[in-house]
Amino acid sequence: MKFEHYGLGIAKGMALTFEHLFRKPITVQYPEEKLHTSKRIRGNELVWFPDKCTGCGTCTKACPQGNILLVTHRSEPNRFIVDKFECDTGRCIFCGLCVESCPYNALAMGLKYECAKYRRGDFILNKEKLTASENHRPSAYFRPQFDADLPAQSLLLYDREEGGQKLKFLPLSTRKRGPGA
Amino acid sequence: MTLLDEFQLFLKTLGWPDWAYYSVPALTGIVIIVAAVLTIVIVFIWWERRLLGRFQIRLGPNRCGPEGIFQPIATAVKILLKEDIVPAKADKVVHFIAPIAVFVPVLMVFAVIPFDKAAILVDLNVGAIYIIAISSLSMLAIFMAAWASCNKYSLIAGLRAIAQMVSYELPVVMSLVGVAMMASSLSMVKIVEAQTLPFILLQPLGCLIFFLGSLAEMNRCPFDLLEADSEIVAGYHTEYSGMKFALFYLGEYGVAFVYAAVITTLFLSGWQGPFLPPVLWFLIKVFLVFTLILWMRATLPRLRVDQLMTFAWKFMLPMSLINLIVVAIEILLVPASLQWVMIVINFGLAAVLILLFSRMFTFGGGRVEV
Repeated sequence: MKFEHYGLGIAKGMALTFEHLFRKPITVQYPEEKLHTSKRIRGNELVWFPDKCTGCGTCTKACPQGNILLVTHRSEPNRFIVDKFECDTGRCIFCGLCVESCPYNALAMGLKYECAKYRRGDFILNKEKLTASENHRPSAYFRPQFDADLPAQSLLLYDREEGGQKLKFLPLSTRKRGPGA
Repeated sequence: MTLLDEFQLFLKTLGWPDWAYYSVPALTGIVIIVAAVLTIVIVFIWWERRLLGRFQIRLGPNRCGPEGIFQPIATAVKILLKEDIVPAKADKVVHFIAPIAVFVPVLMVFAVIPFDKAAILVDLNVGAIYIIAISSLSMLAIFMAAWASCNKYSLIAGLRAIAQMVSYELPVVMSLVGVAMMASSLSMVKIVEAQTLPFILLQPLGCLIFFLGSLAEMNRCPFDLLEADSEIVAGYHTEYSGMKFALFYLGEYGVAFVYAAVITTLFLSGWQGPFLPPVLWFLIKVFLVFTLILWMRATLPRLRVDQLMTFAWKFMLPMSLINLIVVAIEILLVPASLQWVMIVINFGLAAVLILLFSRMFTFGGGRVEV
């Protein structure tokens, strides 16, 4: 006689949900707590390195949206000065083709992901806003040279060493690849 | 003598005119009851959302006020500001009355619920019958809502709701009869006073049946298939929005509070308990019953419609009849000094009966074993 059919199954289920009460909540309280994204995120806002850029315009040709505006003038033989470098992040589809096509590593994807604006016009970013700086860092997408500087991705994972009961913020790289993982 | 009667006598000694000393205490009592019920319902909504969150390893609402306690109020304000949409072909009058008709019986039941020996609006000598009669009224309101919406899905949901509620009304009433026989009264105060031992010990089977039946009556998990949040939109109140929807929502939690209070009164010896004041004991017990309901919601999956009906007619009804007969025989044969014999017999009988009945029938014509 299986007692699971006569209420024991329900009791087991109730005990299981009761145990859940004492586990750490997995909720990330978003504006205060933020997880680190993947190092190779194709994030918002391109990052532009002006000293590397030759103004060749490969990125503008690669862009499937026709989204990048590049205006240059010739200053001396074989040298372009970039007058205008604009990108409309409202139209960008984050395919990353501009970054992949750049022959001089002058362009990278950004790390940010929260770039909502109040006006459509604010989406159009000019040269100053796209230039790489402390607040405007490149992601390691197609640019593995930035990989070491970036924080490791954090995920909410079961801490298996503690019996799977507690939840912790674990960086992805330290996750142990056991037989069950 | 209830507190209201004393208030009335006090006003009489002050020399108030007849109409005043009659109506003022009554209105005061009603206002206090309505305010208390609404406050507790709001606390219940908060508690449900927080605890359900913790059961699902979430936090639940925690931004609005300390521990998110003002979240139900914020939700209420949001709902009040929403547009009230009435379907073009709806029966406007009935559509308007239905949410009120759902909510009013919930408040009316509290007239006979004793929060304390004296803290009761009116101690009817037929209190138990009054509760059954009034709480059945919400069934009519649900059908009004379903019919007036002029929406076939609402109507189907309403019919299902009524089928479910009518089916589960029977075992609920049957198990209530057992309690009334044991207390030899229908007055809620006398039923509580008769419980030197809580009736959950003397009638475990009756308590189980009443609990499950009331879960079905208040459309709670695992019997919430007619407004299954995760599967369908809303059931009979699909066409309601704004304040009218809020009344249905409040009514649902109000019914949960009503049945938790009735179970507390009938089976958990109501306000009685050591050390703490009686009202607090009552509220603690109600709170525990509601928490148990929540716990079941967090755990159990939904029943199918045929399983639901089978459970009512093939399991609960015969069990409640047997329970009734057994209790009647025990009241005749077992002397009051030998109550522990009754407890042993009834617990044994409950276990045996549940095993036997589970074996005797299977859901779905034998395709699904239960």
